[in-house]
Amino acid sequence: MLKKTALHGIHRSLGAKMVPFAGWEMPVNYPTGVIEEHLAVRRNAGLFDVSHMGQVRVGGKEALSFIQYLTTNDAALLTPGQVQYTIICYPNGGTVDDTTLYRLGEEEYLFCVNASRCDEDFAWMKTIAAERGFNIRLENLSDDYGLLALQGPAAAAILAKITGAGLAALSSFHFIEGETAGVKALISRTGYTGEDGFELYLPASETATVWSALLDAGKENGLLPVGLGARDTLRLEKKYALYGHELGPDITPLEAGLGWVVRLEKADFNGKAALEEIKRNGIPRQLVCLKMEEAGIPREKYLVYDGDRPIGTVTSGTLSPSLRQGIAIALVAAGAWKPGRRLQIEIHGRKRSAVIVKPPFYPPREGG
Amino acid sequence: MEFPEELKYTEDHEWVLAEDELCTVGITDHAQESLGDIVFVELPEVGTQVSAGKAFAVVESVKAVSDVYAPISGTIEEVNEELPDAPEVINTSPYDDGWMVKIRPDDPSQLDELMDADAYQEFLENEE
Repeated sequence: MLKKTALHGIHRSLGAKMVPFAGWEMPVNYPTGVIEEHLAVRRNAGLFDVSHMGQVRVGGKEALSFIQYLTTNDAALLTPGQVQYTIICYPNGGTVDDTTLYRLGEEEYLFCVNASRCDEDFAWMKTIAAERGFNIRLENLSDDYGLLALQGPAAAAILAKITGAGLAALSSFHFIEGETAGVKALISRTGYTGEDGFELYLPASETATVWSALLDAGKENGLLPVGLGARDTLRLEKKYALYGHELGPDITPLEAGLGWVVRLEKADFNGKAALEEIKRNGIPRQLVCLKMEEAGIPREKYLVYDGDRPIGTVTSGTLSPSLRQGIAIALVAAGAWKPGRRLQIEIHGRKRSAVIVKPPFYPPREGG
Repeated sequence: MEFPEELKYTEDHEWVLAEDELCTVGITDHAQESLGDIVFVELPEVGTQVSAGKAFAVVESVKAVSDVYAPISGTIEEVNEELPDAPEVINTSPYDDGWMVKIRPDDPSQLDELMDADAYQEFLENEE
């Protein structure tokens, strides 16, 4: 039985195509279609229901030391009101999940986790807390929270119409609390599209009020409701990792190019010893960004070749709605894979030329 | 959703228009709507032999890859050269400008095994 967000009926009435995703029935696109929705976010703004994502609250005197042991980034750098992207690893360095971490107060934190990993994350946190004897409070609040993402260059102007919260002073990866359309919200300047924007944490039962207020307020700004289809193409154009594709139990954050959130100088944390050893011995695989030079759309699991030699597989691929070209992220054997280098992707039984580019795919880098 | 009366339909959501010894083939309104924005089409070359029920072309939306199956066995006589550069035509005109190939059938009586518009409509209702 698939779970439904508080907006399920609204998506239906908007004519969304609903699909199963991570145990939830979610809108993949509305009648406007993936491409228009994608372009609306790049040009104006889009509104996403991402209430399927999970929230875990951690509190207590030892909350910080627990989080420091659980995650790879340095949570001690967070001040209240700040957000951090971080990774949870298994002892072997494989990835449990990638998450955003909110410092709510002196001893209060909130993890926002992938829907597909929420149960595993929560179980893993309980295991770690019990094994190491951390005196903390752990609550899975996923059912209590609704989550909306308002993304795009017009996002701030739209949100300002329905909240008095000080958005102008709110910088990236920070959050404030404020009434939004009369609903108490945690307003976070974060997102998964590469555009300016916000994620609004709301009481689940009041998500619909804010959704409708935003759609009304954004009408004149070209705001569209956007489904998970465009959410995926938007993040792919920015090379943002998606768990189950660029990250997984058998893919370390080092291989996924996320070394910048793995603080090996930090005191002991789960996976540290393994990650140190991997780094010492040389990271075996790496992600590359590939742009098609021939017709064809690369897809997950397609093989990547350097001439005759198979070197890896595509982890995510799509037609880039912004570039109108096939693009892919691929996990390949470590090597001197410099931008401009040509590789081949096997698509429908034929190897087709693709060129390595520097991320992001969009906007394209000069000379990339 | 449209179901032109003059067409025959397959359970894989292709349509066939039989006229002058050639059969024009495309995908149905239902198929294009299920796929969403179509962004890529790969067609066979003229002269290719195709077998009924076997994949002969690929259509892709942003999110999905879908094979197109030959409704009848025969030889590809003509392909819609416009499609690779304008695959979205399949969304806007699935039964007309969005035609994919013309097949010279080995055995035109194979067409009798396909559904008419009413039967296809009923098939879709049962499929949902």
